[in-house]
Amino acid sequence: MKNKNNIRFVQGNEACVEGAIYAGIDFFAGYPITPSTEIAEHLASRLPQKGGKFIQMEDEIASMGAVIGASLTGKKAMTATSGPGFSLKQEALGYACMAEIPCVIANVQRGGPSTGNPTHVSQGDVNQARWGTHGDHAIIALTASNHQDVFKVTVEAFNMAETYRTPVILLLDEVIGHMREKLVIPEQGDIPVVERLRTSVKKGVDYHPYLPREDGRLPMSDFGSEHRYNVTGLFHDMWGFPNNNPQVVSELLRHLVDKIESNVNEISMYKEYWMDDAEYILISYGSSARSAIHMAKNRRSRGVKIGVLELQTLWPFPADMVREKCAGAKAIIVVEMNMGQVVTQVKNAVDNPDNVFLANRVDGELITPSNIKSLLRMIQGKGV
Amino acid sequence: MTKQVFNFKDYIRPRFFPHMWCPGCGHGIVLGALLRAVHELGLDKNEIVMTSGIGCSSRISGYVDFHSLHTIHGRALAFATGVKLSKPNLKAIVPMGDGDALAIGGNHFIHAARRNIDITAIVMNNRIYGMTGGQFSPLSGSGKKATTAPYLTIDRSFDVVELAKSAGATFVARSTVYHATECKDLIKKGISHKGFSLVEILTQCPTYYGRKNKEGDAVQMMESYKANTAKIGSKKLEKDPGLIQRGVFVDNKDIPEYCEAYDKIIETAMKGKA
Repeated sequence: MKNKNNIRFVQGNEACVEGAIYAGIDFFAGYPITPSTEIAEHLASRLPQKGGKFIQMEDEIASMGAVIGASLTGKKAMTATSGPGFSLKQEALGYACMAEIPCVIANVQRGGPSTGNPTHVSQGDVNQARWGTHGDHAIIALTASNHQDVFKVTVEAFNMAETYRTPVILLLDEVIGHMREKLVIPEQGDIPVVERLRTSVKKGVDYHPYLPREDGRLPMSDFGSEHRYNVTGLFHDMWGFPNNNPQVVSELLRHLVDKIESNVNEISMYKEYWMDDAEYILISYGSSARSAIHMAKNRRSRGVKIGVLELQTLWPFPADMVREKCAGAKAIIVVEMNMGQVVTQVKNAVDNPDNVFLANRVDGELITPSNIKSLLRMIQGKGV
Repeated sequence: MTKQVFNFKDYIRPRFFPHMWCPGCGHGIVLGALLRAVHELGLDKNEIVMTSGIGCSSRISGYVDFHSLHTIHGRALAFATGVKLSKPNLKAIVPMGDGDALAIGGNHFIHAARRNIDITAIVMNNRIYGMTGGQFSPLSGSGKKATTAPYLTIDRSFDVVELAKSAGATFVARSTVYHATECKDLIKKGISHKGFSLVEILTQCPTYYGRKNKEGDAVQMMESYKANTAKIGSKKLEKDPGLIQRGVFVDNKDIPEYCEAYDKIIETAMKGKA
């Protein structure tokens, strides 16, 4: 029997908050910015109820810094922002990559560049999520198209942050963030929650914060406990001490990339709709996937063999999976609200990039099923 | 409890030495004063988190055998705020350079002071960007030479003490590396103070600031700290009110500390009062 108290009618931003609470968030630092502010507002109310901490910082950079500091004391920490704020966080985000600090950054995307279109939808930050901070690195970025999935990927974002000791980006968008729909909060245990892996090294024994175990994971030690170590954004050795020995530098950089890129299959989350016999495949994510699914369902009822591959993990890009799913398709239409960010990845992934088309919309309005249908009809040679 | 004799080796990480400061740099005196302060307070090394940004002074965090967080330029107070608020029983100490604290980090500085979060900020003011090779800082003041001011600076300087006071810091003090014992005592007071504490320490950079501005070698620069400063309330200051003042400017125990204030929020929230 479903517990009625577990059924909510909420905004996507609130679904994200519920997911964070479920995942065990202890700490949030943020700065007001549309369209993500509701995440901060709800956590300001919810966190102290469970003994957690909320702080509104003086700016976006400070929020990201505070989140990293909190994570080092052993807390599950998160911040939320949108385009301009996401830009400001990039240096500290790179620090979290380099120092391998678990944390979650929600970016509820709005139109950009610059101040752009604050109250309207966009998916223009996909590449920024990947390459916003300077230098080579790998990143995990997740997204979702409905509130039940926002909840789930938020939990997974916290899980992956702990598993891979890395910042994880939740790439939501304005439509998802502000739209209201039903959310059923799962029972505890329905979705596994990954806790902080702490070192078993005893007091007085040399602890190496940056020496991976055989399984590649790096157990942590909370600030304040018996192991005192150094954390730095400089290239560093297994003790966390700055080191620019060429071998140390190369090994660390390769480790930072490999720990994520080599686990692309474990990290990759996606959903399939009518894909078994699909001749036409729509690849989409976030709110635009809703229109893709709607349109495909409609065409299916008219006998068109069309399916949808909805990506929930955008980074690391699941190129092998996309290639396999798209093998033999007559045409692949990538549906996204930007000038073509994921479509580039899809073209790189598939065997025949000439069969890949972009259905996009960049005017601040949600892409509609009929927008996508027009492109499909042209590809089919039927005219608009 | 019998007090152990201070031995700096009990507090440093030998792996990090020799340090990277130039001969004649004042920062080592600050490090010595800081370690003596920690020793005299009898603090457990496990309860101290040293958070720093980028610059010569910021390297202190690596040298000490505490929990250490060497972060990004200017943002140390923001990182330390996260550490402190999430685990308030930790002692948060933040050594900063003048450029790190007051140029790129100026916003975090005033807001940490405004919140009155229990962090001890030690601004090591050498009036120059040392690590990048001698560019003027917001503390250089006008009419100075620097690599980015070949025709003299036209930028006016901040008064760190006045800025901290205005921003609401509840403990504000100043000393110089000439006055090493006073430094130690003020750092002790700063760490013991429940709230945001600022200790400004004038420290010489003979390599860049001194050389460019013909202020002599390290010894001469230190002697100028003796000549140009005076203790608050001293006869020397009475005679010459234009001298740079040393001592405690603010020691206010009436303002609620931020983490304690948040604990009350938690109490309220847990009772279900929104």
